Amino acid sequence: MVTRRAFLIGSGTVVGALGALVVGWTAWPAKPRLLTADPLPVDPGQSALNGWVTINADDTISIVMCKSEMGQGIHTGLAMVLAEELDADWSQVRVRRAPIDTIYQNIATVVDGLPFHPDDDGTLKALAERITGKLMREFGVMMTGGSSSMKDLWLPMRQAGASARAMLVAAAAEQWKVPAAECTAASGRVTHASGRSASFGALAAAAARQGVPDAVPLKDPARFTLIGTPQRRLEAASKMDGIATFGIDVVLPGMQYASVEMCPTMGGRVASFDAADVTTMPGVQKVLAVAGHNGGTGGVAVIADTPYHAMKAVKAVRITWDHGPAAGVSSEDIYRQLAQRLDTDDGFGFYRHGDVDAALSSAATVVAAEYRAPYLAHATMEPMNCTVQFADGRATVWAATQVPDLARSAVAAVLGIAPTQVEVKVQLLGGGFGRRLEVDFIAQAAAIARDAGGVPVQTMWSREQDMTHDFYRPAAVSRFKAGLDASGRLLGWRASSAGQAILPQALRRLFDLPGAGPDKTTAEGSFDQPYEWPAARIGHAAVDLPVPVGFWRSVGHSQNAFFTESFLDEVAVAARRDPVAFRAALLAQHPRHLAVLQRAAELSGWNTPLPATADGRPRARGVALHQSFGSIVAQVAEVSVSTDKRIRVHRVVCVIDCGTAVNPNLIRQQMESAIVFGLSAALGGEIRFAKGQVQQSNFHDYPVLRLDECPVIETDIIASVAHPEGVGEPATPPIAPAVANALFALTGQRLRSLPLTLA
Amino acid sequence: MPTVTINSRPVDVRAEPDTPLLWVLRGELHMTGTKFGCGMAVCGACTVHLDGQPTRACVTPISAVGSREVTTIEGLTGPQVATLKAAWAEVDVVQCGYCQSGQLMAAAALLRRNPHPTDGDIDAAMQGNICRCGTYPRIRAAIHKAAAMWMA
Repeated sequence: MVTRRAFLIGSGTVVGALGALVVGWTAWPAKPRLLTADPLPVDPGQSALNGWVTINADDTISIVMCKSEMGQGIHTGLAMVLAEELDADWSQVRVRRAPIDTIYQNIATVVDGLPFHPDDDGTLKALAERITGKLMREFGVMMTGGSSSMKDLWLPMRQAGASARAMLVAAAAEQWKVPAAECTAASGRVTHASGRSASFGALAAAAARQGVPDAVPLKDPARFTLIGTPQRRLEAASKMDGIATFGIDVVLPGMQYASVEMCPTMGGRVASFDAADVTTMPGVQKVLAVAGHNGGTGGVAVIADTPYHAMKAVKAVRITWDHGPAAGVSSEDIYRQLAQRLDTDDGFGFYRHGDVDAALSSAATVVAAEYRAPYLAHATMEPMNCTVQFADGRATVWAATQVPDLARSAVAAVLGIAPTQVEVKVQLLGGGFGRRLEVDFIAQAAAIARDAGGVPVQTMWSREQDMTHDFYRPAAVSRFKAGLDASGRLLGWRASSAGQAILPQALRRLFDLPGAGPDKTTAEGSFDQPYEWPAARIGHAAVDLPVPVGFWRSVGHSQNAFFTESFLDEVAVAARRDPVAFRAALLAQHPRHLAVLQRAAELSGWNTPLPATADGRPRARGVALHQSFGSIVAQVAEVSVSTDKRIRVHRVVCVIDCGTAVNPNLIRQQMESAIVFGLSAALGGEIRFAKGQVQQSNFHDYPVLRLDECPVIETDIIASVAHPEGVGEPATPPIAPAVANALFALTGQRLRSLPLTLA
Repeated sequence: MPTVTINSRPVDVRAEPDTPLLWVLRGELHMTGTKFGCGMAVCGACTVHLDGQPTRACVTPISAVGSREVTTIEGLTGPQVATLKAAWAEVDVVQCGYCQSGQLMAAAALLRRNPHPTDGDIDAAMQGNICRCGTYPRIRAAIHKAAAMWMA
């Protein structure tokens, strides 16, 4: 996600400058992603067969994980992919942490981030994707995000499994002096036609001495025995016994703890502080000012012997803030600026088709509306924290991060050492949702640990610091016009939205690069949908504002699906058409989308009456369809409203087409997860600013969905043999419009602002 | 130096009396299974049992524990808990896992006092425990499953 635009700017220059040379370079295949530059480190009794798998003498298999586990279940999913081609015994599969190496760089998410419509099959898109893929293989980033992990590693991990399997078979054939073609592998053993067999563990050392085969055929998907089965999560037991180690759970000998208080005003810093009363408090070791790093905010840190001593002491420091230039900014100003921008600017045209002005002027009915969405915090359950030890010119970093190599660079820059002198140990993430794509808290922890005398220091934020120093989902305002003919047929669609661009900020704080050009990350979800508009113009205007903004689960899709799918519902009502039928009429050339929509309608009983709640309140349904991260999701929500106007979502039917469903159990989990996450935002999520300061501070004033408010969620997965696509994010965008559309059906009130509030 | 009983073992505590139980567990005793989420008893991540009652450790000063028995996720055992964890595993509840210690502590306390809870009982007992990953539908299913397995 982060590097999308970096590539676009860079590749444009490269294509222009080097022309034919680049065409030649492009024609070469990209470097394979099989072997790390340095062989994987192994323990005694372990053998590395390539950069993705080591086999142990006790027959256990350690599969290398370069993606961070933050609840999405990717360690389990990726292990299944490699184990399938390896013909491993699933009960013997374990995972291990990847070192930093170029084979682990995320290619798929950057290719996915190019600003092309999914239906575009032109040569420019094909060339851009190919060049991007090759460039990212050279210069990319190890990153978990953008719902990209499975699509990024589907082929590399299958190839790694198949290659390792071929080496085990070759080793057995050599030992037994038989042709390899007479040997087969299954359930962690190689067996010869004669019946002789050996376990993978017994063959591993000899297999590691075999040459890596050139090209190994992959399994026919019809022969998959593990992929496609609903396996449970590998690390579940450790998370039920309290022994799983999240970033915040790292305990090291001699470790000290730091607590920080950062300037409450965006972009502010410490003018001065008085710690006279603090240095004598119990356990306090040191009080220091820390600058804002990598987009973060400056503040004061206290290092102490225990977390509580540090937390208590930092509250007692008397700090004078320099509130900086954003000290007057309020939410009202921001919404006014966004709306004013749309008075004069339609924004960059991400999608243009036909003559929309002619279509609207010839329309019998024109529907127009303005929508808006607020800033949102990530509010991961595990607050930001990081542990750093800096001794003898080398640093070790224990962090829950989605970007280990960016964390390494940031720590190296703060400490003035080479990145090769920094080791990053990625821990389990207590939620990521895009917040841990940032390295502000990691660089801050390095700055705090720099002069701590070589002992490890764990820097931990309070919930209040976490919520007021986030990189927020940007607020946005969107205006629509649609024209219908006298028979209710859609003629034209015009949409323009305004909001802060994420990518220029992210490029600056993560890569120290300038950002330029149209930013897809805040426009996505508006222009890249499957609807077959007879004529359309869809634009987005980037507005420069001082709020730190970042990648929030499903990014631009999170607000644009609400805008687009709610307005489409308004247009269907104006056309006197059923919302499902109205959408279906715009999807004639999109059979996969149509199938998802119709399945959701069928499973929800769309055309049947909905009974009242147990206490006699009426209920109604609403539908939304949205594609993001390569996957298509339709949802039907059933809602009721209490006498005190509280919105209750009773049931959500969710249908997804994500291509090959590697692990249906984990896909269902992610549908549930993304719906609950989206419902939290739709029903209560809002970050507001006054005098440049975030007004929410903890879960009492930034409410999130609780168990008693959670609907029944029924998921159906469309069977497919297509390349696997994203599942972590695509179910978040449609839930807000599905609920809003249901509320309209129930009450006649069209809610055009989030969070949803009934008059 | 006060002594508190944690998971059936007497433990001498050095921390000042106002120190929340959560930070005694995590910072002094390095028992990291009990999590920090909000610091103001609104998220449930720090839930422990005091004499079997679910309690927010982040707002419970160590001086207020007294002679009550502290049970944390590390000490949450027994046949009914084993059934609960088996159901939790079968339903595959956990995602990121950070809130799950608190969820299990709350669910275990519910089942001990009410072995066959209704949906309304589950709502009341579990609504104080936030999960940002949205494991709620599976938490509800796992509690019902555990109740059925325990009664069987």
